[in-house]
Amino acid sequence: MRPSPARTPFIVRLGSSFDARSWRLIGLFAAFALIAVPVMHLALPADHPLHLSTWFITLVGKILCYAIVAVAMDLIWGYGGILSLGHGLFFALGGYGFGMYLMRQIGRDGSYQSDLPDFMVFLDWKELPWFWIGSDSFLWAVLLVLVVPALIAFVFGYFAFRSRIKGVYFSIITQALTYAAMLLFFRNETGFGGNNGFTDFKRILGHPITAPETRVVLFALSALALIGTLLLARYLVRSKFGRVLTAIRDAESRVMFIGYNPLWYKLCAWTLSAVLCAIAGALYVPQVGIINPSEMSVANSIEIAIWVAVGGRGTLIGPVIGAFLVNLAKSWFTVSFPEYWLFFLGTLFIVATLYLPQGVVGLWARLRAGRRRGEGAAAGTTTAAAAKGAGA
Amino acid sequence: MVRRNFMKTISAVAVTAAFGLNSFAALAAETIKVGVLHSLSGTMAISETALKETVLMAIDEINSKGGVLGRKLEPVVVDPASNWPLFAEKARQLLSKDKVAVVFGCWTSVSRKSVLPVFKELNGLLFYPVQYEGEELEYNVFYTGAAPNQQAIPAVEYLMSKDGGEAKRFVLLGTDYVYPRTTNKILRAFLKSKGVADADIMEEYTPFGHSDYQTIIAKIKKFSSEGKKTAVVSTINGDSNVPFYKELGNAGIKATDVPVVAFSVGEEELRGVDTKPLVGHLASWNYFMSLKNPENEKFTKAYRAWAVKQKLPNADKAVTNDPMEATYIGIHMWKQAVEKAKSTDVDKVIAAMAGQSFKAPSGFTIKMDEKNHHLHKPVFIGEIKADGQFNVVWKTPGPVRAQPWSPFIPGNEQRKDQPEGR
Amino acid sequence: MYTLRSLLAICLLGISCAQAAIDPALLRPLADDDSDRRIAAIAALVEAAPEEAQPVLQAMAGDSLALAGERVVVLGAGGRVFDAASNRELTPPPAGIETIGINNRVRRELASALAALRLFSAEREVRWQAAQEVNQNVDARMLPLLDRALAVEKDPKIRDRLQLAHAQASLGSTDAAVRLAAVKTLGESSDPRVRQLLLPLTEKQGDSWREADSAVRAAAGTSIRSIEQRLAWADNLGRAFTGLSLGSILLLAALGLAITYGVMGVINMAHGELLMVGAYSAWAMQSVFRTHLSGALDWYLLAAIPVGFLSAALVGVLMERIVIRHLYGRPLETLLATWGISLFLMQVARTLFGAQNVEVANPSWMAGGVELLPNLLLPWNRIIIVAFSIAVLIAMWAILNLSRLGMFVRAVTQNRPMAGCVGVPTGRVDTLAFGLGAGIAGLGGVALSQIANVGPDMGQGYIVDSFMVVVLGGVGQLAGAVWAALGLGVFTKFLEGWTGAVVAKIVVLVLIIVFIQKRPQGLFALKGRFVES
Repeated sequence: MRPSPARTPFIVRLGSSFDARSWRLIGLFAAFALIAVPVMHLALPADHPLHLSTWFITLVGKILCYAIVAVAMDLIWGYGGILSLGHGLFFALGGYGFGMYLMRQIGRDGSYQSDLPDFMVFLDWKELPWFWIGSDSFLWAVLLVLVVPALIAFVFGYFAFRSRIKGVYFSIITQALTYAAMLLFFRNETGFGGNNGFTDFKRILGHPITAPETRVVLFALSALALIGTLLLARYLVRSKFGRVLTAIRDAESRVMFIGYNPLWYKLCAWTLSAVLCAIAGALYVPQVGIINPSEMSVANSIEIAIWVAVGGRGTLIGPVIGAFLVNLAKSWFTVSFPEYWLFFLGTLFIVATLYLPQGVVGLWARLRAGRRRGEGAAAGTTTAAAAKGAGA
Repeated sequence: MVRRNFMKTISAVAVTAAFGLNSFAALAAETIKVGVLHSLSGTMAISETALKETVLMAIDEINSKGGVLGRKLEPVVVDPASNWPLFAEKARQLLSKDKVAVVFGCWTSVSRKSVLPVFKELNGLLFYPVQYEGEELEYNVFYTGAAPNQQAIPAVEYLMSKDGGEAKRFVLLGTDYVYPRTTNKILRAFLKSKGVADADIMEEYTPFGHSDYQTIIAKIKKFSSEGKKTAVVSTINGDSNVPFYKELGNAGIKATDVPVVAFSVGEEELRGVDTKPLVGHLASWNYFMSLKNPENEKFTKAYRAWAVKQKLPNADKAVTNDPMEATYIGIHMWKQAVEKAKSTDVDKVIAAMAGQSFKAPSGFTIKMDEKNHHLHKPVFIGEIKADGQFNVVWKTPGPVRAQPWSPFIPGNEQRKDQPEGR
Repeated sequence: MYTLRSLLAICLLGISCAQAAIDPALLRPLADDDSDRRIAAIAALVEAAPEEAQPVLQAMAGDSLALAGERVVVLGAGGRVFDAASNRELTPPPAGIETIGINNRVRRELASALAALRLFSAEREVRWQAAQEVNQNVDARMLPLLDRALAVEKDPKIRDRLQLAHAQASLGSTDAAVRLAAVKTLGESSDPRVRQLLLPLTEKQGDSWREADSAVRAAAGTSIRSIEQRLAWADNLGRAFTGLSLGSILLLAALGLAITYGVMGVINMAHGELLMVGAYSAWAMQSVFRTHLSGALDWYLLAAIPVGFLSAALVGVLMERIVIRHLYGRPLETLLATWGISLFLMQVARTLFGAQNVEVANPSWMAGGVELLPNLLLPWNRIIIVAFSIAVLIAMWAILNLSRLGMFVRAVTQNRPMAGCVGVPTGRVDTLAFGLGAGIAGLGGVALSQIANVGPDMGQGYIVDSFMVVVLGGVGQLAGAVWAALGLGVFTKFLEGWTGAVVAKIVVLVLIIVFIQKRPQGLFALKGRFVES
């Protein structure tokens, strides 16, 4: 028996959620992101074979953010059985929250040399609207990134879960939610730059945003955020909370009959997932240099679900793999086969759902299990756990 | 298992990304690479695919005449899939991985805005071929489409003229994004300067992809019946034009009663519409396929032949339009500038671009302004004919200089008509 | 007067006499560069040779008048060329023919000249049209013409129109009694333009009334009020109709989904692409008719209905057999797989038909509309689509309630394992039901091709809306879908008139979300005893 969670300090519990090999692996990844990448990007000359280009840093940095979103999605879908088709909204809200700060950091360097962001000058606004107040402070921006999506997720989730909306219904109304938000943000009067969104950022905390050092720091932050998300998620799903959540996924009525109120468990996971998405969005915007309402489009949200499905639901590493796999494939296909890449992508989704119900991770586990059976050994417990995770 | 998987994947990903993609750039050092950054999928594919074909056709044409500086041009086509962050990523890839000498691309303003920081950072060269709202002037960009004063203002002037129907009331109708908003803002100021009262201007916006124009058409009908001669200025974008024009035709609004002048509707867009009920509605462009001159005949014939050769769908009905002409002008001017600079170095080419001229399919000799990176372009106003082509009813006597900073937007007077150098 | 009488006699008798030649000098200015001179030329031509002018002006309005050197010619069908002056065919056709392009101003003049000439046509329909057109553009110069037309016109409806035009033209008369009569006549009109003509009569200019005679002023006031009443009524009626029409389109887009989702629980994200298949079939039929059956081109749409149904159904059955079949009981995964299918189908369309939209023309019987009132025109295509959606609805109701397949489908909806136990071949029912749903989406696509664009991305625009309709109506309920679609349509349209299209759409979506919180099962919950799994 493990010690009762109540008595052990949190940090120890967090630490014990992974075993030594996992920690080594995470350490390796951290070393890569925090040491190897900066050295290979900054110290090596551009023509050195091991030099990492800015293109690589921004691409992988972008995918790291996507990976955070995928893990957040997995938390509620893989473990909670709630498929959200509106996670793009929280991602974009985080991006917009931080984008507001970046817009204010442009200062008078915009094309209108005004204190106001360019698009406001252009709309003839004489002063900042009320919801922009304080956006020039970094801390306030961080607060916005965390609080606004949390609040929206909480309110929406509270009513939705209280009415016991679930399954497909929930997916469809989240889809409506993000669609409505997208239309709202497309309007110029809404005050977020309309279709053009926010672009042309100049600096972040006073540092030029295109400087290689800034990029490396942002990259490292994304990697740290991903590690943090993984740790937190791992801790959560192994805690009692996580087990109740999984029980709700598998048989909500029974959990209720036992005496739990699923509302708070779902709501908690849902809100947390939204906040994680928002953090990813905030890290994403300075790296890609633009945030626009199309991030809230339904297609983008569905794609998030696809990363999770391709990688493997109900595992934590699966979504990360899925995000990398799909996005790298997209990056590669759109250059190598610009005319046909949608065929590949479409087929990938179909094949992944048909033949890989547990995603790439499940496939790997199955292959391993098959080989072990050949050696006469029993299949690992992880395989069984991963297989069980499929029934959402 | 999960852990080992993690490690393998991460390292595999890193290796592929770092080395696998590097090898792309190793091909053919003899050629000059030219980036083509147009969406081939997603919502903008409808407009942008034709531009990709135009670039490829022009490159083929230049190569068949011996290339540039004795080197062949090699197109690098990528698909940013109507996704704006992807535009930025692909732009970076073209500039830093493929080391292209120049990029032809973008359609929407937002795509241009998203790649701009990349072009500035890496000192790339972008040719942007579409009419746009102005309010921008960048060192790394040449704008071969029209600024508002080369399209919108002449169109409204025409509507107010005797031949245009002496319109006194205006409906400014657009999709809700920056180009229509800016254009309408400029037009409103312009109309005001011509003595049109605010009560005689109605501004309406619809969301992207709006497909039900019944209410708006009813509003237009009502507005136009309330008195003086009314005209509609439409900046409706992309796909929404088809339902708009279909509704217009069926609601019995004839061009003789309420003419509609559009800035985003050209030959390509009209292919998707039955034009018989639309005869007489107008469009304002710097080029029409129906223009009669030897250059245009050559251009249209070459494109048709290209479409057939490439086995494009509906090749027999292939049409040319204004952004295609702008693309064509752009690539030829770039070629001339490279030859003048004797180098593909971006700074040298930018310097050599100033004052370049080219005998364009519009029938005029088009000049790149010495200062403001925009073309001097003639303006044509065409009426839609039953066959989907335009009948030119009015044109400027000669090319018009672009005003990227419209004088009708307050504060623009002090702006420099020249991009800040590097 | 003699010429006029003879002209009328000829027209009324419907005899077309051999045409006398027109002086070519009168024709040449029609091709002038200056619009003023061309308009003068039109007037001169009508004056000099009213009966011969008509075909020439008609040709000019139809863009088939051309200039060959200095000679004005008419381009006929099949590349034949006629001399405009003598109406003789020119063989061989002269070289260097250039069409005389006209602008809106000339087109307008042509239209009123032609309308004036046609007022004396032998055919009632032509005169009726002409009378309508005359009303659009009245000025005092037309009074003598209207007098002449009224003198010979027998048809009461046409006379009404002419009198209206006459009254408009005589508002500027110097005789107060004439003006009073005119104002009273105009009170019968329900044309907003007439209201605009009357308004100045009740306004002051400086200190004095624009209309000096107080009786005329009072009559104008009364007339304006009665016109306004009719206008307001027509406005609301028009809005209700647009709502109904939007509702019928939503219904057509969503009906197929009501089966696949409602009955089978499959979230088909490729539903929009099934609409696309239907729309492209309409286009394909149009192309086939154009090349092979150009005589019957107007009826391509009728052929497109079965073709659209079958091709979409075929795609649906394939989808079900290849992919969806393996995912039953995993609704969220069907969502992802069908999203993949949707990407795939879109790219197929792009590769086959090009990324651009294709042109699908309304058949001539769907063009135009019924003018109930001058400010209320119901377009034929909208009316026909409303009727079509009702027909599809009835057919679907009949299939579900009267046929054996329908019975099976309902049984499977209500209790799949039990249906299987009593011998319903659930697998086959699934395939057929999915095919049926897909086919109905195809029908929706055929209808959409008549009002919206047809292109690879067209389906994407309807996906959210269709799901909203199904969810709002309640899963597994035809009636629910109908009410939801109509409700959404009418509500959106009334809201749109008030807030603009963008805000209306947002408000509607938010209201749906709120509504679902209140009634998670939609408007009509399926009654039965289920334990939620």
